[in-house]
Amino acid sequence: MKSNRLGNSTIVFKNKPRIESYYSMVGQKEAKGPFKKYFDYILNDDLCGKKSFELAEREILERTIIGAIDKGHVDFNEIDFIIGGDLLNQIISSSFSARHFEKPFIGLYGACSTMSESLAIGAALIDGGYANKTICATVSHFSTAERQYRTPLELGNQRPPVSQWTVTGAGATILSNSAKGNYVSMATFGKVTDYGVTDANNMGAAMAPAASETLVEHFLDTKRRPEDYDLIVTGDLGKLGSEIFRDLMEHRGYKLGGNYSDCGQMIFSRDQRTFQGGSGAGCSASILNSYILKQMDAGKFNRVLFMATGALLSTLSTQQGETIPCIAHAVVIEREQEKSTEKVNNTQKKPKIKRSSN
Amino acid sequence: MNKEERNKKYLAYVSSKSPKTREWPTLFYAFVIGGLICCFGQLVNDTLQMWFPAMTETELGAWTLIVIIFITCVLTGIGVFDDIARFAGAGTIIPITGFANSICSSAIEFRREGIIFGMCAKMFTVAGPVIVCAVVSSTLVGIVYLLI
Repeated sequence: MKSNRLGNSTIVFKNKPRIESYYSMVGQKEAKGPFKKYFDYILNDDLCGKKSFELAEREILERTIIGAIDKGHVDFNEIDFIIGGDLLNQIISSSFSARHFEKPFIGLYGACSTMSESLAIGAALIDGGYANKTICATVSHFSTAERQYRTPLELGNQRPPVSQWTVTGAGATILSNSAKGNYVSMATFGKVTDYGVTDANNMGAAMAPAASETLVEHFLDTKRRPEDYDLIVTGDLGKLGSEIFRDLMEHRGYKLGGNYSDCGQMIFSRDQRTFQGGSGAGCSASILNSYILKQMDAGKFNRVLFMATGALLSTLSTQQGETIPCIAHAVVIEREQEKSTEKVNNTQKKPKIKRSSN
Repeated sequence: MNKEERNKKYLAYVSSKSPKTREWPTLFYAFVIGGLICCFGQLVNDTLQMWFPAMTETELGAWTLIVIIFITCVLTGIGVFDDIARFAGAGTIIPITGFANSICSSAIEFRREGIIFGMCAKMFTVAGPVIVCAVVSSTLVGIVYLLI
């Protein structure tokens, strides 16, 4: 039983759950960022022709899941579980979407950390032989998140400089027990961490300690170092959050080099006026299922640690003056090394990580 | 190190690291755009006075407010007001424009949840405290006025 566990928090998938297909969909604003060419689909209308933004968010998730199935030519009958979540109260986007698919559904809420949480659980189900194929998907929408967590869209207020912009987008990954493809090799589940931040605008500062706890735990469990990864990517710490995260990691004895980046910081460019960058469950999901996995397919990255971070607050807890508990889950995705190309890839120069400089 | 101490240290570090709102540009835009709105109000006031010389000072003031509230609501409805307010900050919040926008934007936002429990009930989510404040303070002033 314990043989598949490393240390306190890490589980190892010995049967290599493979990534069979992946798909990403984003809105217009995200497409104006530096990663336009990597996204599978760009929405023209963030209402998707629907009456409300909530309906649009559901539509985005449904289209993304169908997109992943079509892209990988996956037989829908072979899907065993749909695992996913979103930011709305009672995760209505995921569960309401799931009723159309008529498949066993595991709804998760890890705020913006849901993508890595769903991958970890999906991989565990496959590794344990409980499933042949699982779909892991998350979504977020700027307009629904804004009205739930903040103020009406048309209200004329100024955003503070520490704030982030919720990404309109979704990502879906189909994991399977097939024999070929990149695979999820490990997952480290995070602990709920709270360093006393109460400012709901400063999510990066609230989440950075959770991310550092999980990453330190991962390194202790696996006896690895930051250099063992081609890319270490956090979910949506943003610019400020990732700087704090770097400092915290250095303080714990792990200096992160040029192989560290953050999806929130990457997704928007400087001139898009998002202050610290993107956030939301769709931020890490869309970057993972576009840029990161495509670059892995292309052989640019061989081993990636993907760690989505989530702030587990609600509007009630914020109004009652509570501090913000946060969480981060990490999954390790490895490239299937083909014997003939292995040597060539190892001698390639270090991959450059695209990063916006805002 | 216990948790309280750790958190205190961390929060101090975060606040030293977090970027602050740039005061001078913010004040400048608020002053200029707020001033322009006031000038526009005066223009409306003077024009009304020219057209309707019989109007009293109070009536003129009321009509000026109505015109500015109407323009604000139209701008909010077509999605322009928040773009102006992003630069203006307090310049658009302090005049009646801020109050009109807060009610109008809430009304638009919650229309999907129905007319009665959505729009009508939630119209005052942002402006509610202002109304309460106005009612309470006017009551207090009224009591003081009664006593002296």
